[in-house]
Amino acid sequence: MTAGTRLLAVLGALALVLAGLALVALFVGSAPVSPRSVLAVLAGRAPAALEQVVVLDLRLPRILAALLAGGALAVAGVGFQGLTRNPLAEPSVLGVSSGAAFGVVIAQVFGLRAGVLDALGLTAFAFAGAFIAGLTVYGIAARAGGLPVHTLLLAGVIVGIFFSSAITVLISIVDFDRLGGVIYWLLGSLAPIPVGGLAVFAVVAAVGFWLILGQSRQLNLLALGEEGALQLGVHAERVKRRIFAGAALLTAAVVAFAGPIGFVGLIVPHALRMLLGPDHRVLVPTALLAGGVFLLAADTLARNLIAPAELSVGVITAFCGAPFFIYLLRARATRIGP
Amino acid sequence: MTALVEFGRVGFAYPVPHRTARSFAIRDLSFTVAAGEIFGVIGPNASGKTTLIRLLSRVLEPDSGDIRLEGERVRRLTRAAVATRIAVVPQSLPQGFPYTVEELVLMGRFPHAPGRFFESEGDRGIAVEAMTAMDVLELRAEPLDRLSGGERQRALLARALCQRPRLLVLDEPTSHLDLRYQAECVGLLRRLNGSSGLTIILVTHDLNLAGELCHRLLLLADGSAVREGPVESVLDEATLEAVYGCRVVVDKHPASRRPTVQVVWPGA
Repeated sequence: MTAGTRLLAVLGALALVLAGLALVALFVGSAPVSPRSVLAVLAGRAPAALEQVVVLDLRLPRILAALLAGGALAVAGVGFQGLTRNPLAEPSVLGVSSGAAFGVVIAQVFGLRAGVLDALGLTAFAFAGAFIAGLTVYGIAARAGGLPVHTLLLAGVIVGIFFSSAITVLISIVDFDRLGGVIYWLLGSLAPIPVGGLAVFAVVAAVGFWLILGQSRQLNLLALGEEGALQLGVHAERVKRRIFAGAALLTAAVVAFAGPIGFVGLIVPHALRMLLGPDHRVLVPTALLAGGVFLLAADTLARNLIAPAELSVGVITAFCGAPFFIYLLRARATRIGP
Repeated sequence: MTALVEFGRVGFAYPVPHRTARSFAIRDLSFTVAAGEIFGVIGPNASGKTTLIRLLSRVLEPDSGDIRLEGERVRRLTRAAVATRIAVVPQSLPQGFPYTVEELVLMGRFPHAPGRFFESEGDRGIAVEAMTAMDVLELRAEPLDRLSGGERQRALLARALCQRPRLLVLDEPTSHLDLRYQAECVGLLRRLNGSSGLTIILVTHDLNLAGELCHRLLLLADGSAVREGPVESVLDEATLEAVYGCRVVVDKHPASRRPTVQVVWPGA
């Protein structure tokens, strides 16, 4: 079976799972809406305004946000792991997440609001923070000439630590009651995003996805060493710049709209690589759907496990992710080992 | 005899990051490789062998002088154009993601259509041909990290053939191989050179391999050419002793009658 037909088969299967899961997520939740009323709302005959609000304004945007955020994180993870040739690299290693978090904390602590972008106020600050952090990381790495992958990783970690420390400083000098929102946000949550926000999210994520997908064949060659890639005709520097930009955009978008959600960008790419092999042309599009499925499942659990209260989705991804990861490592060990 | 590769007074120095670091440079290097020959590049450690490969394959740009490939300046060619003419077989592959033999070999088709997302039917046919020629077709679905040294070497050679190059550059092809695979490798290279007229540049530490396989040799020391010419004129006791700084005996291989080089071990 060629890579192309295998990709289509996997994408088809994932699309079915995704559609089924999205449908389930539409029917369950803490608000008492009967399955029959959900169907009525979907058919355009809302029995009551409340039910319409729950299904169309709360559950549906949240499902879309989970799919977008999960897909974006997984694609960023695939790109960044391929770029660094390190299967343990995670999008948060870029330093972009901490930059975004710093932007949000600044906005909250000083009570700043971006007037024009009121609905997107926090998001704008998160993007600004992510942008500054990403540029700083890129600047540090590029100064060494080219874009050395080790320098990129180190710069990302260092910039991340810097912004995390800055957040700690701000939190410790500000009175506590202003911080409730910040702490909730720092845990990562998929509160419903307004339609305008979702559109911005989708566009930014699409640009990032496109940047990485377009370089995925080159990323295969780059994964076997930079010199070898150059000798096979790959413009290594261009590939590295585009993958970095794409992964940074995807991560920034997720952090800005949903907070720093961990584990998705580490586990989904890793699991897919174990199941499907290391071809990035298969991994990148597959990660978009599989990441969405994983985060939507996690968020549906987060909404329902302790209803009417709600868990942070980051807690669920960590709790599901860690055992799954151990299972995969063991499965691989038994397959390869004696 | 047309020159396939032509180095004309090439100079190159690595940028020196610290004042204390020793700077290495290629100085005024000129030589030509004719189409159809097996050309050996030999020399001690840090004599410039690897840098020569990097300059030729456009990983590095020379500071001065000209490198020509079939008469065209290499720096005027696109990376992909260079890669369709020169295939470099590295000494080893970095540890990384476990691509299969077939995935590795198909990567050799990249420079022929860099804009394509998946390889074409034609590309896959060429890959099957290359894997058959290097006897790795049965290993096509094996991940690289499960191959023996000899198998990995043959898979890398298959990728190089898949590039359909006019020039094959080998970096220490036998360094990780035991005797059987060394013999096999020499046989393969002779066959490629003989049957398809593929030009080969062999960069190696192994003077006996160079003496056995090559038509002509280039001896490098400190980034400059010490001698270029037929094997017998380069593998000369006085020249080698001056360059390597130890005593050697040049003899003839009892079976092939090709020159061999033995170290005279001190202290005995």
